[in-house]
Amino acid sequence: MAAINRDDVAHLARLAHIEMSAEELDRMAGELAVIVESVKSVSEAAGDDVPATSHPIPLSNVFREDVVGHTFTADQALSGAPDSDENRFKVPAILDEA
Amino acid sequence: MTETNSTQLIRLSAAQLAEKLAAREITSVEVVQAHLDRIAAVDGGERGVNAFLHVNTEEALAVAAEVDAIRAAGGAAAEELHELAGVPIAVKDLIVTIGQPTTAGSKILEGWHSPYDATVVKRLRDAKMPILGKTNLDEFAMGSSTEHSAYGPTRNPWDLDRIPGGSGGGSAAAVAAFEAPLALGTDTGGSIRQPGAVTGTVGVKPTYGSVSRYGAIAMASSLDQIGPVTRTVLDSALLHEVIGGHDPFDSTSLPDPLEDLVAAARLGNVEGMRIGIIKELHGEGYQAGVENRFNDSLELLRQAGAEIVEVSCPNFQYALGAYYLIMPSEASSNLAKFDGVRYGLRVLPEDGPMTIERVMGATRAAGFGDEVKRRIILGTYALSAGYYDAYYGSAQKVRTLVQRDFDAAFTVADVLISPTAPTTAFKLGEKLDDPLAMYLNDVATIPANLAGVPGLSLPGGLADEDGLPVGIQLLAPARQDARLYRVGAVLESLLEVKWGGPLLAQAPSLAASPVVDPAAMLVDAKEAK
Repeated sequence: MAAINRDDVAHLARLAHIEMSAEELDRMAGELAVIVESVKSVSEAAGDDVPATSHPIPLSNVFREDVVGHTFTADQALSGAPDSDENRFKVPAILDEA
Repeated sequence: MTETNSTQLIRLSAAQLAEKLAAREITSVEVVQAHLDRIAAVDGGERGVNAFLHVNTEEALAVAAEVDAIRAAGGAAAEELHELAGVPIAVKDLIVTIGQPTTAGSKILEGWHSPYDATVVKRLRDAKMPILGKTNLDEFAMGSSTEHSAYGPTRNPWDLDRIPGGSGGGSAAAVAAFEAPLALGTDTGGSIRQPGAVTGTVGVKPTYGSVSRYGAIAMASSLDQIGPVTRTVLDSALLHEVIGGHDPFDSTSLPDPLEDLVAAARLGNVEGMRIGIIKELHGEGYQAGVENRFNDSLELLRQAGAEIVEVSCPNFQYALGAYYLIMPSEASSNLAKFDGVRYGLRVLPEDGPMTIERVMGATRAAGFGDEVKRRIILGTYALSAGYYDAYYGSAQKVRTLVQRDFDAAFTVADVLISPTAPTTAFKLGEKLDDPLAMYLNDVATIPANLAGVPGLSLPGGLADEDGLPVGIQLLAPARQDARLYRVGAVLESLLEVKWGGPLLAQAPSLAASPVVDPAAMLVDAKEAK
């Protein structure tokens, strides 16, 4: 497995929508390199014959009756929104040409 | 009520309070007021415990008054009151509540009020348990010291210069400092049990799915579990029964109820039970005083008629690594919802085009602390194309291996035992610049989360070298939480005979701070930050 470098962190930060300063990228790259190195052994622990576990206590086919249950009013749903307009969440432009 | 009575009231366990309330020897308003006074006396100011982010004075007193009125009127309504009605509780600020702010210890949710109650909170309300307030935590429950809280660290009541553990350091410290008899925590990798260990309190991570997660702000959904934080094993069993049971709002909620936990805590014998020492979870890397207290507990259990056996869980060596891949992967996905659109903070970029993507980037940069950013980046990395199989995929396989180790161990032992944490409480700031050293605190607690099995930490005494509390961890097979309460209560009573009373009786009194108005105290605490 490749080590993690500053360019990787910059790319990942973009994917995760977190703006980072140059200083932050440097520091984060150093810290993450140590952490990634320490978890490397995990990839050698299990052979191909070991199945993956995604959930500790699997339950299957968890359904409920197809009826309207608890719902929020528009006011409740918008109560914590930074900005709203006419019962909708209001956001800045979603396209670059704004 | 005299000051002496108030001091005595806060020292009672929840079970004792419940008994006195039912007998009408005391009122719930007295009990709640005594705890509010204690919070005002020890929680605020520069050297305060800082266990609470919000104190819910009015509502707590109103619920208490309602319970008192029902009891005073007598009749069917009084008969139908829950056993713990009128006994107050603190709630970790990761769990959402109507009428009180929920911050998750993060700036990104500062001032946010949930439009709904978590299922566990609803159950507290149904039982008419007054909620004293919301407790401090590492931001989004990410940490082992509460130093990652955006609202300042909580201090350990045993030594105010030391960490109270994390992420649920606020809940553990509140209970240890007699600011609340009960609290709720959440445990993703040890966030209930490790704070319990370092503050000399009891903490339980129930079987995954046995307590609803609905309304607990998710960090890692396949690992997170809400559970009790208390001063006695019996109190944890009582609280576990209030909050547990099936919930249709959580699709991972187990449909069948657990065995009677309170009865198990009251059983009072461990004769013939097989208790397994996990070879990999003590010895090298564990502080000498921790090891000594661990051995004391083994000896007491042996004397009580338990059979002590040794088990080996060789794959536990990979558990920490697997955890630090699975947890950030799930967290990076769960925390994507904090984007400055639906709730919480919105920060606009200082210059350049005002697009939603740039607003998200600026909001998350300003709203999240370093540890949260680290874990989001790490999780994004572990899930990216080209690395997924090697990291996330391998970690999920390790999860299977850890489960197999537990399965094998539970064929020769009914309950497993280990120290809860490798060391006693460290100094504030000591590990803040070394994330990896911080992560090692959870080495003994993480396997239970990976496998979904229940774990309980109880005080095992004070370490010789520093006089600080040591935690003993008990682990049982999934759905067998009752065994933890059975063994835990017996060990607790044997240890208390040895100590001549509860371990917390030996903690500093913290009583020196002047009594101030709680509302003023919160303003002060905020300004200090």
